[in-house]
Amino acid sequence: MANLRELSKGPEIFTPGHRLCAGCGAGPVVRQVLHALEGAPVVIGNATGCLEVASTIYPFTSWDASWIHNAFENAAATLSGVEAAYQSLKRQGKINDEIKFVAFGGDGGTYDIGLQSLSGAMERGHDLLYVCYDNGAYMNTGIQRSSATPFAADTTTSPVGQAIPGKTQGRKDLTAIIADHRIAYVAQASPAYWNDLVTKAKKAFAAKGSAFMNTIAPCPRGWRSDPALTVELSKLAVETCFWPLYEVENGKWRLTFKPREKKPITEWLKPQGRFKHLFRAENKGLLEQFQADVDQRWEDLLVRCGEK
Amino acid sequence: MNKSVALTGNEAVATAMKQIEPDVVAAYPITPQTDIVQYFSTFVADGQVKTEFVTVESEHSAMSATIGASAAGARAMTATSSQGLALMWEVVYIASSFRLPIVMPVVNRALSGPINIHCDHSDSMGARDSGWIQLYSEDAQEAYDNVIQAIRIAEHPDVLLPVMVMQDGFVISHAMQNLEILDDESVKKFVGTYKPDHHLLDVKHPMTVGSLFLPNFYFEAKKQEAEALERAKKVIQEVAKEYAAISGRQYGFFETYRLEDAEVAVIALNSTAGTVRGLVDEYRAKGLRVGALKPRVFRPLPHEELVVALQHLKAIAVMDRAESFSTHGGPLFNDLRSVLYESKERPVVTNYIYGLGGRDLTLDELRRVFDETLEAARAGYYRNRVTHLGVRE
Repeated sequence: MANLRELSKGPEIFTPGHRLCAGCGAGPVVRQVLHALEGAPVVIGNATGCLEVASTIYPFTSWDASWIHNAFENAAATLSGVEAAYQSLKRQGKINDEIKFVAFGGDGGTYDIGLQSLSGAMERGHDLLYVCYDNGAYMNTGIQRSSATPFAADTTTSPVGQAIPGKTQGRKDLTAIIADHRIAYVAQASPAYWNDLVTKAKKAFAAKGSAFMNTIAPCPRGWRSDPALTVELSKLAVETCFWPLYEVENGKWRLTFKPREKKPITEWLKPQGRFKHLFRAENKGLLEQFQADVDQRWEDLLVRCGEK
Repeated sequence: MNKSVALTGNEAVATAMKQIEPDVVAAYPITPQTDIVQYFSTFVADGQVKTEFVTVESEHSAMSATIGASAAGARAMTATSSQGLALMWEVVYIASSFRLPIVMPVVNRALSGPINIHCDHSDSMGARDSGWIQLYSEDAQEAYDNVIQAIRIAEHPDVLLPVMVMQDGFVISHAMQNLEILDDESVKKFVGTYKPDHHLLDVKHPMTVGSLFLPNFYFEAKKQEAEALERAKKVIQEVAKEYAAISGRQYGFFETYRLEDAEVAVIALNSTAGTVRGLVDEYRAKGLRVGALKPRVFRPLPHEELVVALQHLKAIAVMDRAESFSTHGGPLFNDLRSVLYESKERPVVTNYIYGLGGRDLTLDELRRVFDETLEAARAGYYRNRVTHLGVRE
């Protein structure tokens, strides 16, 4: 159990002055994850993306800890090399500190271009945590669809046109894919549920071996949502069961939050401009399809978590 | 101290790596480099090295993990060939821009397509502008010696650049040769301990690696890289001198053969240089003043020394085992011809592209090169600027 008062007293590794947009979900995700370290030394890896470009414009840095960005698709491989160096130097008695390792990547760098690098690092079992901040598109390059983009979303490469009403495919279930690597710890979290997220990050850092967390991170630019609604949208994603909170520990799936009442997906979709077209009369079917998909995935998860 | 052994080129390089005993090796197998990874795995499995061996899932990750390890303060190595080098292209440039002293043996193999597993230099020639130092090796002995020297060159505070060490795929990598190796202790003493001033694991002094350089800083970073390559020239010579003291083997920027009084020279990299020397002797026996030059250091290009070594010649044939598709000759030809623009009496310089995809270079084909170059020396001009040698028309 995390405690807000205690968390607020901890060191702030991701420091103010970065250029993330107002309402960007990546910032709170990163801060919550790093607060879970409770002051333990850490080396951070970062995939190319918004978080990277907004935090390290030379000669400035927002990181009060060692940080490395290599390229777009290789944050996991790069950090696996850092961790290998640590294991080697520690074994040789050249380093005595207990150091933690965490990589951050957006959904582009994680679900898509970086999937191989991530899978490799997880399979090899490096003692590191990889955190994906999933904002559901390639936001850094201007809102292009990714395999994490929700069904029917309007992006610049799945635009709502005369013939095609947004993205025609659903989302890749990356959390399940990584869970099937049978690594030490896997979780899905939302920054609106800070206690849940920090608790999971603590577990992930404590786990011996590879850990992965997938977090939802609203992007007001790409979602075309009010920056003030970021926390609310992070919450609605969970309450509508679009983004369930669960963890997979030693192969055992467990829901960490079960909404008392499952809200209709429209409550999450409505405040987002990228889904505006779904509320036109002719797209009623798409809306129903979206809801049916959320329902099906939720049911599957309940079964996996032993709730049904 | 020196021991005579019979090893393949790959075994020689793997032996050097074992004696260097890097903190981290991250590598992915690819023909014809595979043996290096396999031998090294055996050293790890038998507890003969302290190295953390990362069995990455691709060459892109091999270079990425090596970069991570090196930035974390480890002495880190990898090895590759052809498509492997092509796959790591993106991060090869990042390794040099981070100024990381990574050493990477490259076993030269033709690039796809069409797919081919045999020797040419299209792989490493494609990486010539990546900011890495490039050392070429004629045989297993040179590959072994170059890998050990590469560590010292790369890690020198005036340099801090990655180094790739080439040898010819199959021709050298899989051929058993007699060579002399140093004892483990001499190698360890020579390479010393890697102690970087700054690294990621120095958590009391955190550092940011890989930040965004906008137009106000990017250019300076690249200029500094170029300056480090310039400084590397002196370091390469110093390291060679120290290495000669323990090995008895001399290395320079290039090796000349009967060149001083020659009128005509043939220039070739790697294993072909041996064949060229054989023909130099044959032509010398006929009273013809021919010689040879074998570049060892291609990046940085030792341009001043090359001018001095070559400007007295009447005609030069440059052998390229790679196409550049410029329609103006191969990469070695273009660099050397440009260098010779600075000489007072410019020799006639022609280009022979040969051996692509492992095509054998016959003695008769090479005799044609000598004959045509002798003729060019007599005439003062060339018939063909670029000739594709040994190819069906």
